[in-house]
Amino acid sequence: MRILLGVAGLLGFGALLELAPRVGLVSDRYAPPTSTILVTLAQRTGESRFWLAVADTLRTWLLGLLIAVALGVAVGIALGTVPVVRRATASTVEFLRPIPSVALIPLVVVLYGSTVTSTLVLVVYAAFWQVLVQVMHGVADVDPVARDTARTYGLGRLARVRYLVWPTALPYVVTGVRLAATVALILTITGELVIGSPGLGQEIATARTSGAVPAMYALTVVTGLLGVLANVATRAAERRVLHWHPSLRAEVAA
Amino acid sequence: MSGILARVGYALALPVVLVAVWWFASAGSTDFYFPPLSRIVAVFPDTWLSSRLADDVLPSLTRLGIGYGVALLAGVALGLAIGSNRVVAAVTEPLLEFLRAIPPPVLVPILILVAGIGDTMKVLVIVSGCLWPVLLNTVDGVRAVDPVLADTCRTYRVRGGRRWWHLVIRSASPRIVTGARQALSVGIILMVISEMFAASSGLGYAVIQFKDGFRIPQMWSGVILLGLLGVLLSVLFRIVEHRVLGWYHGSRDGPRER
Repeated sequence: MRILLGVAGLLGFGALLELAPRVGLVSDRYAPPTSTILVTLAQRTGESRFWLAVADTLRTWLLGLLIAVALGVAVGIALGTVPVVRRATASTVEFLRPIPSVALIPLVVVLYGSTVTSTLVLVVYAAFWQVLVQVMHGVADVDPVARDTARTYGLGRLARVRYLVWPTALPYVVTGVRLAATVALILTITGELVIGSPGLGQEIATARTSGAVPAMYALTVVTGLLGVLANVATRAAERRVLHWHPSLRAEVAA
Repeated sequence: MSGILARVGYALALPVVLVAVWWFASAGSTDFYFPPLSRIVAVFPDTWLSSRLADDVLPSLTRLGIGYGVALLAGVALGLAIGSNRVVAAVTEPLLEFLRAIPPPVLVPILILVAGIGDTMKVLVIVSGCLWPVLLNTVDGVRAVDPVLADTCRTYRVRGGRRWWHLVIRSASPRIVTGARQALSVGIILMVISEMFAASSGLGYAVIQFKDGFRIPQMWSGVILLGLLGVLLSVLFRIVEHRVLGWYHGSRDGPRER
């Protein structure tokens, strides 16, 4: 029932966008009807250029996400496990985090030009903080009894990280990855749009300058679909990685 | 007293060290793209505290303020409407998930078509990006109203405006604030992006101009100003949050201390 209602909502929205330009409510120069957008989209999916752009976007996104997660987890565990270091770095993290990543756009363009590297730097910068903050919270969340038990049994530093800190922090890490995936996708497409590195964003910029309005809408729909895909994929990964965790076990039982 | 000193010391030590490292490491820099920090600081007042403050910084902040305000009001109003009706929530859920997943900067070219390149477009861009975090968090907050409180309100016949204000909005407010915080960082990003496309004023416009003119120290000062702005707004937000949600944090911390 819920699914049916949801589909009805999507169809209704599509019908609204189809009808509004048809009856002259808005000019179809600005807002082409849904059918035109879908036809354009279908044409585009027949071109190899479209799929190359999708592949470029996906590659930049995944690579940026991977680097950001690796860095975020490593730095987060290193900073989070030593209380003195954590106290000393907290203010710096709080200060650097709200710096909007787009402030770096002019900088990376001057340094690297309109290349994938420029976009990657933006993506990594933006996604890194999401992971780092979550990891630092997670590492601080270790159960004191478990920590004392580990110490009593003489677990070494590495063993403590492996068997104590990592399982505690994992749910936070996964949350961080989920947040970072969304942010990384936004920054990937923004970078392509503004900087002009190859990918879907650049295709949208090209469509804009050549006045191909339906193509612009069609590509925007594709970016939205990619975003939904990212959400679904990270949620599924979360369930797989954390199937042992009480929060998810409770969900399954209920 | 020494406790406060230690906290201030911990908070300031590393930033001071980092700035000092940057200052001295770049002091003798002849690299065109990495000018000495002393030069960036030297050009900062001339660049930003003169006419640009009124010409670029204020218009940017005004647009951000209007866009953010509109998005907050619309997001909370729509969120209350959607969240309190189960059928409406089910109908709109996939649609909202999709609309939220569209990266907001992608809407800039479309909104340029619809609203031209003036202030309206820039405000609309900010609204279109800030709306979703507020809206979706409000919906979640409204749905998670404590059933005991809801039943109590029904029993005591608390209805209409008083029910909305004291039960629904109050229960949803922690989530609304979370949404508002996410929206603020999105808003700053969109403020800059919208000015990079087509503008004759604004922070993003000024920074891009410096970049295109290869006035590198000025460009760096713009990047630093944007960073400071981001930090300042997040500090302001935290102060407001502390006032608005003081009751909530208090109710969460209280039992733990006992």
